[in-house]
Amino acid sequence: MENKYEGLNLPNYNIPEDIQNAVSITTIDRLYNWGRRWSVWPLMFGLACCAIEMIAAQTARYDMARFGMEVMRPTPRQADMMIVSGTVTKKMLPAIIRLYNQMPEPKYVVAMGACASSGGPFKEGYNVVAGIDKFLPVDVYIPGCPPTPQALMAGMIKLQEKIDKQSIKKVRWYEKGKADANYVPMPILGPDLIDARRADEFKAAAAPKQETA
Amino acid sequence: MTAPAPVSTVDLVARFPEFVSADSRPAYSGFVVKKENLVEVATALRDEFGFDLLSSLTGADYLAENKMEVVYHVHRTTGGPGVVFKTQAERTDPVEVPSLVGVWAGADFQEREAWDLLGIKFVGHPDLRRILMWEGFEGHPLRKDWQEAFYEEDTKPFKSRWPEGSHVYAEFKNPFRDNVKLPEGFSLEKYQPETEDQLYFSLERDSSKKIDGETQELGERMVINMGPHHPSTHGVLRVAVELNGETITSLKPVLGYLHRNHEKIGERNTFLQIMPYTDRLDYFNSMINNFGYAITVEKLMKIPVAERAEYIRVIMAELSRIQNHFIFIGMLINDLGAMYTPSLYAFEERELVLDIFEAVAGARMMCNYFRFGGVVRDIPDDAMRKIKDLVFDRLPAKTDEMERFLNENEVLVARLKNVHVLNADEAIRNSVTGPCLRAAGVPYDIRRADPYSIYDRFDFDVAVRYNGDMYDNYLIRFDEIRQSLRILEQALKQIPEGPINSQKPQYQVRVPAGEAYGRVESPKGELGFYVVSNGKPNPYRYHVRAPSFVNLTALETMCKGEKIADFVALLAMFDIVMGEVDR
Repeated sequence: MENKYEGLNLPNYNIPEDIQNAVSITTIDRLYNWGRRWSVWPLMFGLACCAIEMIAAQTARYDMARFGMEVMRPTPRQADMMIVSGTVTKKMLPAIIRLYNQMPEPKYVVAMGACASSGGPFKEGYNVVAGIDKFLPVDVYIPGCPPTPQALMAGMIKLQEKIDKQSIKKVRWYEKGKADANYVPMPILGPDLIDARRADEFKAAAAPKQETA
Repeated sequence: MTAPAPVSTVDLVARFPEFVSADSRPAYSGFVVKKENLVEVATALRDEFGFDLLSSLTGADYLAENKMEVVYHVHRTTGGPGVVFKTQAERTDPVEVPSLVGVWAGADFQEREAWDLLGIKFVGHPDLRRILMWEGFEGHPLRKDWQEAFYEEDTKPFKSRWPEGSHVYAEFKNPFRDNVKLPEGFSLEKYQPETEDQLYFSLERDSSKKIDGETQELGERMVINMGPHHPSTHGVLRVAVELNGETITSLKPVLGYLHRNHEKIGERNTFLQIMPYTDRLDYFNSMINNFGYAITVEKLMKIPVAERAEYIRVIMAELSRIQNHFIFIGMLINDLGAMYTPSLYAFEERELVLDIFEAVAGARMMCNYFRFGGVVRDIPDDAMRKIKDLVFDRLPAKTDEMERFLNENEVLVARLKNVHVLNADEAIRNSVTGPCLRAAGVPYDIRRADPYSIYDRFDFDVAVRYNGDMYDNYLIRFDEIRQSLRILEQALKQIPEGPINSQKPQYQVRVPAGEAYGRVESPKGELGFYVVSNGKPNPYRYHVRAPSFVNLTALETMCKGEKIADFVALLAMFDIVMGEVDR
C-alpha cells in the first residue's frame, strides 16, 4: 500500500502497514508546513481585471478549493496570503500596505498579472506603481494579462512548494529580534508618492536644488 | 423597425446670433459658445430644444493656440442624434469656465474630472475637489505641457528602446530611479500632507436633515468609510457615508483608486495601440469597449465596415452583454447575502461565453478583437457551432432556470421590492443611462435611439420597466438577456460570408484630422469615446465617457434616506466596474 501521508512522513522510515493510517514519523517543520500548505486562506481583495479571473478560479470549473484556498477572508486579520490582483496605483498603495501590515504571520504575497508584477501595460502612467515588489516582499509572480485561472493555480502550487521548503527556525517572521521585520512603513501621498523608507534620499535630492534656487 | 431618426435641425446660431457661432475648424462640428453666456445657451438647449441628457463633458488642451476647450455632448432621451457645443477659454492657470451643474446635474463628476486632470475651474460648481488623483497632487496631468516621471517621448512608437544596444529602463532616466516626480524646491520636512477635511466638510454640508418628509433633529452623526478595501464595493471604490442612526443622510464616493491614466497613455499611443487598452476599461465587456472605440475611429477615418464583420461584431457584443447580466444577477444576490451559490450558476454560463471569445480572439477576457474596418479574425467553424448551441438551446433554457429559481424567492423579493432606486426625472437629470434608466420607465437604448453599426436591421424591443425600484432593476436584466438572444438569433441566421475587414491589415492607420464622438450601448449604459485627431499617428485628445463613472453621480440622490443595510444592494444596481470608473 502506498503511504497516504507522503507529504508528511519522512522518507525511509518503514511504518508497519496496519498502523500507517494512525502513525506518522515526521519533523516539526514538515508537520507545520503540511498543515499550512493545505489551508492557505487568501485575502478577499481585488484590485482590477485580474480579480475577475481570481473569482473565476474559485468557481465550479476551476475550483481552488482543491488546494485548500477557497476560504476567502475579507478581513486581513484572518488571511494568510494576499493576491495582489491588478494594477497598484499610488492612491491605493497606502491601503494595500495597511492591509499587509494587518495580516498576521506567516503571510505571503502573490503578484498576480503583469501590473502587480511590474506595472505592466500601465507602467508609464503617473498614478501607477511599477510593481508591488517595490514595497512588499513578493513570494510568487504570475505572468499574464490577466493570467488565466489555470495560471493562477500554477502559481498557487508554486507557493505550496515554497511553503514546503520553509523551516520554522529560519523564516523571517520567527527569527529572534526581527519582530518588526515585516512591518512596511506607510508611504506618503505628497505632490507625488513618497516612499517613507527612502525619505533621506528624497531630502538629499531636493537639497541642492534649494541652494541654487 | 423604426425609421432612422431625423437629422438634427438644431440651429443655435439662429437662436443666439450674438454669442454662438458654428465651429468652423475643418472636420469639426457643433457650435462654439462664448463662455459668459454658456449657462443661458445650455438652459435653452435643455428647455427649448429638449436636450435633457448631458452625455459627455470633457476638456481639450490646445496648447499651440493657447486655448482650453470644454466639449459638451447632449442628447434627447427620446432619441436622435445629439448636439455638440464647446466653449473656449484662455489657457491661464487656472482656466475658468462657468459650471453647468445647475442645468444638468450629471455634469457634477465630469466637471470634477476635467478640473482634476486638465485644471479647468468650473465657477459655480458646488464641490470642486479633485476626483481621481488625491488632494495635494502636483499639476494637472492631461495638460499637454505636463510630463509624467517616466516620460520618454511625446508619441509612440519610440525611436528606439535600445539606443546603445541594450535595453533602457524608464527607471534609469529618473533621478529617483522610480515613478516619482517632485516639484522643484520640495522639502519633505516642511511638507504637510493634505487632510481629507474637504471631503468630510462636503458630506456635512450636503447632509439632508429631512427624512421621510419631515425635518428631524439629527442625532449624533456617524461617518462610515466603506472601502477602498471592501468585499461589496465591486472593486476599489470608497464611499464616505454619513449616518443618522441607520439612515443615510449624506454620501460621497471617493474615486481614483484604480486610476490607471488611460487617457494620458492613450494620447501617447498610436490609434491601434489603444485598442488593447480599451479592453481593460470595463473588463467584463472588452468586446463592447472595442466596439465603441472602433466605430469612433471609423467615423474619423470615414471607412466602411465589412458586412460579415458587422455581424460578427454584433454577435460578440450581445454575447458579452448576456454574460455581463448573468454576472450582475449573481453578484447582486451575493451582495444581498446569498454568498456564492447563485453566482456559481452565473459564472458557469460566463465560462461558456468566454470559451467562444477565447476561440475567436485568443484571450478569455482581454479580447482585443476589433480592428478599424472589421475584426481581426473570422469565427472558426467549431466556435460557430458552439455559439449556435448556446444561443438556440442552452442560454434560453438557463435564463428560464435562473428566473425560476430566483424571481419568486421570498427573501429576494422582500429585499428588492419597493426599495426605490431612481425615478425617471432623477435619472435623466443625473445623466444616468443603461438599465437603471430603463427600469425607471425611459425607453432609452442607444441601439434604438441612435442606431450604430447594423442594429437598425434587427427586430428587438427596448426592455423597459416602470417602477424604478430594485426589483424592476433586477428583472430588467433578464428582459435584456432575452432581447439580446433575439438579436443573436437573427444575426446568426443572416450572417453572410465574405471578408472580415474592409481594409488591409496594418499597424499604423492614417486618421485624418478632426473630431468624433462615438457611443455604444454597453451593459452599463452609454459608453462614449471622444477622439480628436490632428492627422498624426496618435490621437491628440482621447476621452472615454464611461457609463459607470457618470452613473455614480446619482449615487447620492439614490441612497439618501435609505437604510445603510440597503446601500450595498443599491450600489450593485449600477453594476459598476472600477476599471471603467477610474480609467
